[in-house]
Amino acid sequence: MTRVLELSGITKRFGHVTANEDVSLHLDKGEIVALLGENGAGKTTLTSILFGHYVADAGTVRVEGTELPPGRSRAAIRAGVGMVHQHFALAPNLTVLDNVMTGTEPLWRLRSNRAAGRAKLVALSERFGLKVDPDARVSELSVGECQRVEILKALYNDAHILILDEPTAVLTAQEAESLFATLRQMTENGLSLIFISHKLHEVMSASDRVVVLRQGRVEATRRTSETTKEELAELMVGRKVDRPSRPPATPGKVLLEAVDLSLSGKGGASLHDVSFQLRAGETLGIIGVSGNGQTTLAGLVSGLFAPDSGALLVEGKQVTVYDVPHAISAGIGRIPEDRNAEGTIGDMTTWENVALERIWSSEFSSRGMVRRTAARAATEKIIKAHDVRGATVDGRIRLLSGGNMQKIILGRVLDAEPDILVAAQPSRGLDEGAIAGVHERLLEARGRGAGVLLISEDLDEVIALSDQICAIVGGRLSPAIPADRANAQILGLMMAGDWSVAGAIEAETTNAL
Amino acid sequence: MRFERREHPSRLLTIIAPIGAILAALLVAGLLILIAGAPPLRAYALILKGAFGSGLGLSEMLTRSTPLILTGLAAAVAFRARLWNIGGEGQFYLGALGVTAFGMIPAIAAMPAPLAIAMCLLVGAAAGMVLLLIPLGLRLKFGVDEVVTTLLLNFVAVLFVSLMIEGAMKDPLAFGWPQSVPVPDNVVLPKLIERTRLHIGLLIAVAMAVAVWWLQSRTVFGIRARAAGLNPRAAAFAGVPLGRTLVMVACLSGGLAGLAGAIEVMGVKGYVTTDLSPNYGYSGIVIAMLANLNPIGAIFAALFSAIMFVGADSMSRALSIPSYIADVTVALSLLTMLVAIFLAQYRVRR
Repeated sequence: MTRVLELSGITKRFGHVTANEDVSLHLDKGEIVALLGENGAGKTTLTSILFGHYVADAGTVRVEGTELPPGRSRAAIRAGVGMVHQHFALAPNLTVLDNVMTGTEPLWRLRSNRAAGRAKLVALSERFGLKVDPDARVSELSVGECQRVEILKALYNDAHILILDEPTAVLTAQEAESLFATLRQMTENGLSLIFISHKLHEVMSASDRVVVLRQGRVEATRRTSETTKEELAELMVGRKVDRPSRPPATPGKVLLEAVDLSLSGKGGASLHDVSFQLRAGETLGIIGVSGNGQTTLAGLVSGLFAPDSGALLVEGKQVTVYDVPHAISAGIGRIPEDRNAEGTIGDMTTWENVALERIWSSEFSSRGMVRRTAARAATEKIIKAHDVRGATVDGRIRLLSGGNMQKIILGRVLDAEPDILVAAQPSRGLDEGAIAGVHERLLEARGRGAGVLLISEDLDEVIALSDQICAIVGGRLSPAIPADRANAQILGLMMAGDWSVAGAIEAETTNAL
Repeated sequence: MRFERREHPSRLLTIIAPIGAILAALLVAGLLILIAGAPPLRAYALILKGAFGSGLGLSEMLTRSTPLILTGLAAAVAFRARLWNIGGEGQFYLGALGVTAFGMIPAIAAMPAPLAIAMCLLVGAAAGMVLLLIPLGLRLKFGVDEVVTTLLLNFVAVLFVSLMIEGAMKDPLAFGWPQSVPVPDNVVLPKLIERTRLHIGLLIAVAMAVAVWWLQSRTVFGIRARAAGLNPRAAAFAGVPLGRTLVMVACLSGGLAGLAGAIEVMGVKGYVTTDLSPNYGYSGIVIAMLANLNPIGAIFAALFSAIMFVGADSMSRALSIPSYIADVTVALSLLTMLVAIFLAQYRVRR
């Protein structure tokens, strides 16, 4: 087999932090290699070095035997290496053809050779099974199609080695399946692929070989056929991690009920006639691909905005004032979707971040004066009780890692023992160890009788934690199915908007009662 | 070469930064003095002597620093909440005009002095508030950038003052000079030291600085205003009423600038002219930045500016070089301070 890409002895340090240490890996022609690692394991740094955005302190990059000059970003592209980014870099107001051709022609030529470009694009899309209409506007495409355009863009630049950065992050299960089939077809046509991921199941189903990165080093290399999910998880985390399991539920009375909630736009996605019931001691999981209205739903229950129509009932009483203090007083605890943009204010101290959302309560203020001693004591308690590493009461919260920041947020929310908990993407971007911790705390809340509304994009998480599961698609909520009837297949269909199976299961379970 | 954000900006550095900035500014201004044909060290010695060398110089310097402390505070409280109030100058003039107009009501002159003074100060502050609430309303309602509106309102305010002192509020006894009627005698601020211009306004300004510090660090309003400035989205998630908080910040900021104008009329000038303020409002922005938006720091930054302005006057008489060197130095110190703030928060890496 010919070796198309070879990284050897790559080392990169930022100050005291070693992002990559002596990383060597290679890619053979026609092979799919998965680069597996947690956040901060050095995956991004490695690709940045490959593309010349960073200069490695040591080590070389060879494409088909020729060494790439370090720090030259065009060199890799010219040598035939293409990158498909997790976040699409497409202009939504242009057509597919325009997007693909942008940047491929000299700036100073007045005429653009569109006919040749179109022919090349059509040929590529047929050869690799990447079906897409060259004249469609990108704004009208689905997420899956946008990704195809991204891949075509790389291929149009004559790439024969593709790096895909977390390609399934925005796809439904079905879309991911079809992507993997496409990738397979691409390798059969002579391409070689590296895909970056931290999801074990897709690594298992889509790769030939797995390279596990941990703390900047290559921890292990395995043939995919000769390893297991469990082994990879252990290699990736460095120890055995067991996510907590869910004890049987003891559902109580209805704590939170939504009746035909609708809300149009306001920057985010709309909601249409959303209804659900959340019982005490139960977790209702809402799964969906991001951008389908889950942010709006979480914001609505969190008291950030009011619905246009419909009603929200907390313990049978209709909510009349939609604002944060009312939501919190009504016993709603809120874990925001985005820790950095929404959950914390990076340049404020830990205690200020803990106190801010209840600063109006008598616990943290009296007559307009902040009760600093009380707020700092509460913060100290959270830091001690939940082992928040690196946190000090008076230190800026920005300095904490994602997992520790989430511990602070969980602490400030759960120490008040809310009856209802809205957890939006509670483990997004966290590593395995931190995820286990978050899950434990969510199960704890459910165990003491709180109703948990879990909004997540992670199938495994929703199946593991929820008692009932709905999918949210285009602002509508699917029928709820019990978690023990759910699997990736059914949830994938639900997320794609096919609710026939879910409806049948719901009808069946209601009849059984 | 790249810049990395320092994880822990040291306390020492945040104190050294403004001092270093001022020294750098003095160094560059020294070159200009050299070009103007005077020995820089002697020029600076004369500036210090002018500001501290005599009782009169000292009292003038403190008199000069009084409005600067207040306009500096006005800018600092607004900037903390990311409300870019560039309209301190206009708010200063409106405060001055407001208090003069209020003084024209006959009943005021008949009141006991403390009551009349208190009421006048409130009116001056209120006038400044109004001028900032207009652009804030435009921002909250229509998303209009307040940098532009507050800046342009400065010109509107000065022209409005001009209109009034040439018309309805013109002093008939001023031999045709464009100046307003004087404020009644009972609202003239008592002197701190007899036979100088130093008045109790200085104490009010210092008290305001302490009050603002207390408000920012100890009250719910203070923590909310800071949150709203640092991360509006997270503040909204935590239930901070963004609009209401900004309105309160605007009242405080505009009020302080208006108060500066009122105090200048009641303590120093006695009436309004269109040259009442040698850019006190704009200098407030520099002072706020020099103080790193710290209200107590604003006192010291205002003193620095006042030393430069008062000292440069007497220096220019002795060395016959333009007193504009004070403006240049203060302006340079803003630039060097911005660099110093940046360097204190980041480190340079190769």
